[in-house]
Amino acid sequence: MTNPWIIAPVAVPAMTAAFLVLALRHSLAAQRVVSIAATALQLAVAIGLYIAASDGELRTYLLGNWPAPFGIVLVLDRLAATMLLLTGLLASGIVLAALGEWDKRGRHFHALFQFQLLGVNGAFLTGDLFNLFVFFEVLLIASYGLMLHGGGPRRLVAGFHYIGINLIGSTVFLFAAGLIYAATGTLNMADLAAKVPLVTEANQPLLAAGALLLLTVFATKSAMVPLHWWLPTAYGSTSPPVAAMFAIMTKVGAYSLIRVYTLIFGASAGPLADIAAPWILPAGIVTLVLGTIGVLAARRVVDLVCYSLIASMGTLLIAIGLTSEAALAAAMYYALQSTVAGAALFLLAGLLAPEKDSRVSFAWRPQYATLFAGFYFLLAIATVGLPPLAGFIGKLLILDAGRAASAMATVWPAILITSLLLTIGFTRTGMHIFWIPSPTPEEPAQRAVPIGPVAVIAGMIVVVAALSLFAGAVMNDLTAMAEQLRSPQRYITAVLRAQVTLNLTGE
Amino acid sequence: MSMEFLMATGVGALTAVGLYLILLRRTFPVVVGLSFLSYAVNVFLFTMGRLTIDRPPIIDAAQQGYTDPLPQALVLTAIVITFGMTALIVVLSLRAFLETGNDDVTLDVTPEDEAPGKDRTEASR
Repeated sequence: MTNPWIIAPVAVPAMTAAFLVLALRHSLAAQRVVSIAATALQLAVAIGLYIAASDGELRTYLLGNWPAPFGIVLVLDRLAATMLLLTGLLASGIVLAALGEWDKRGRHFHALFQFQLLGVNGAFLTGDLFNLFVFFEVLLIASYGLMLHGGGPRRLVAGFHYIGINLIGSTVFLFAAGLIYAATGTLNMADLAAKVPLVTEANQPLLAAGALLLLTVFATKSAMVPLHWWLPTAYGSTSPPVAAMFAIMTKVGAYSLIRVYTLIFGASAGPLADIAAPWILPAGIVTLVLGTIGVLAARRVVDLVCYSLIASMGTLLIAIGLTSEAALAAAMYYALQSTVAGAALFLLAGLLAPEKDSRVSFAWRPQYATLFAGFYFLLAIATVGLPPLAGFIGKLLILDAGRAASAMATVWPAILITSLLLTIGFTRTGMHIFWIPSPTPEEPAQRAVPIGPVAVIAGMIVVVAALSLFAGAVMNDLTAMAEQLRSPQRYITAVLRAQVTLNLTGE
Repeated sequence: MSMEFLMATGVGALTAVGLYLILLRRTFPVVVGLSFLSYAVNVFLFTMGRLTIDRPPIIDAAQQGYTDPLPQALVLTAIVITFGMTALIVVLSLRAFLETGNDDVTLDVTPEDEAPGKDRTEASR
């Protein structure tokens, strides 16, 4: 079933960004209006697509009307729709939080922001492996600009690291795509899924090398140990709204892991079935442990948030590595709540910073201590996974999914012990910020309450609370999503059948 | 045989040079190393449609066999993207050099002046 609206999440930000750069480059006020309107439009489209996708039918959009394995196809399934909705929600919050202070620090914030949305939305929708590479590059190019937004020597050096590691990642992606193409002769995901089980024995090592090289790329994007070290430097050096937006980028990596290793190299991939799962699960456990150690060792609020992001990615990767249907549903639920909570924590860390940039030592006492402490308390509960917020439910679901697997002996202690350590880390940091009086002699200058970010953080907490309150309904949807993911045949027929109907109408 | 050997050795040598340069401490060798890596992957992408010479890039009944045109399109995309990226990272490393005064890629995460606890212990004394 084709649906023209599927192109909208890609087309709207692309045109908006070009319009912002070309026509509105001198008027920040006009840029803000257009950017907010475009982001709201994307959110509306994402909600519409989510409702459309919730009937379980897969929808496709053939770019340039080229039939499926030859042209590029955009595919909307439940997973893509969920991720689009998450992106839309997050982006609408962040564009509001960036107003007033951060979008003035440099030029073209809104244009870069829209380009970033273009890359993220495209990566979620595309049904072609090389096109996924292209959308990765789009979102990375935009993220380079956003990361450097505001300037400063530290940001430049950290930006060099970030761009360097991602350029290497892009090169590895190309090597992987090359190997996969050499073995199968196609890069369309549905076509790959159909052809991977049929690959001759001589070509299987080539294909396995490609599949695992692809894993290293997605591991870099999703900050999986040992490829996680770039994240604290990069996210800790950039501005708070950008870091909050980057919270979705690690999820792009996680999304790609889920997509590629359920559809192409999933359970039905013949000799290469579930090729990545034996790597993802232990790597996820180590990621969780190292992230937790980072939280305990963090000396700045931003570092704490960065390492808690790594820890939550570890939990997410564990759930992905379990590969069962229940685990995938739990992984998505956890991903939704940890993205929103992580973004809110980045914004809060920006508010706790004394002056220009996001750096803050624990010695600083904030002016709006009660409000910020309340925010911090709720977000810490959500991130650590204490009841009643969604982090608890997410971790419980992952533990429950791990119960059935043979991995229970490692997964349960890892998640439970790190949860305790995360609680200690967040508690200690909170005590340092809010309870120990500032040793600095003069009080920091009085500043007006930054309404935008405060309202956005409050809104994000409401979203997390809603996720916990309606966990049953959300999980019903996500279980249906996992079920859809575990039957790749429906994806294959939906994409390759689009070609047939097109040919019939064309003749 | 000799053609395959030449291509494989070439890709291997380019990758090795690129990897070595990336591991150096200065920004300029790192940028050059990234370029070498992208050359390696470009040559590699050419070979992924298998090495075929003197064949048209379309299926033609008059000819025996064909050469796969798709890798060339992919290489073109990859060249354009890495070219832009290289330009960006050159500008970035230049600006970093001009602003910080050195071209070292290392980043001290907690420099002396912002080491936490330092001023606190002094204050408590």
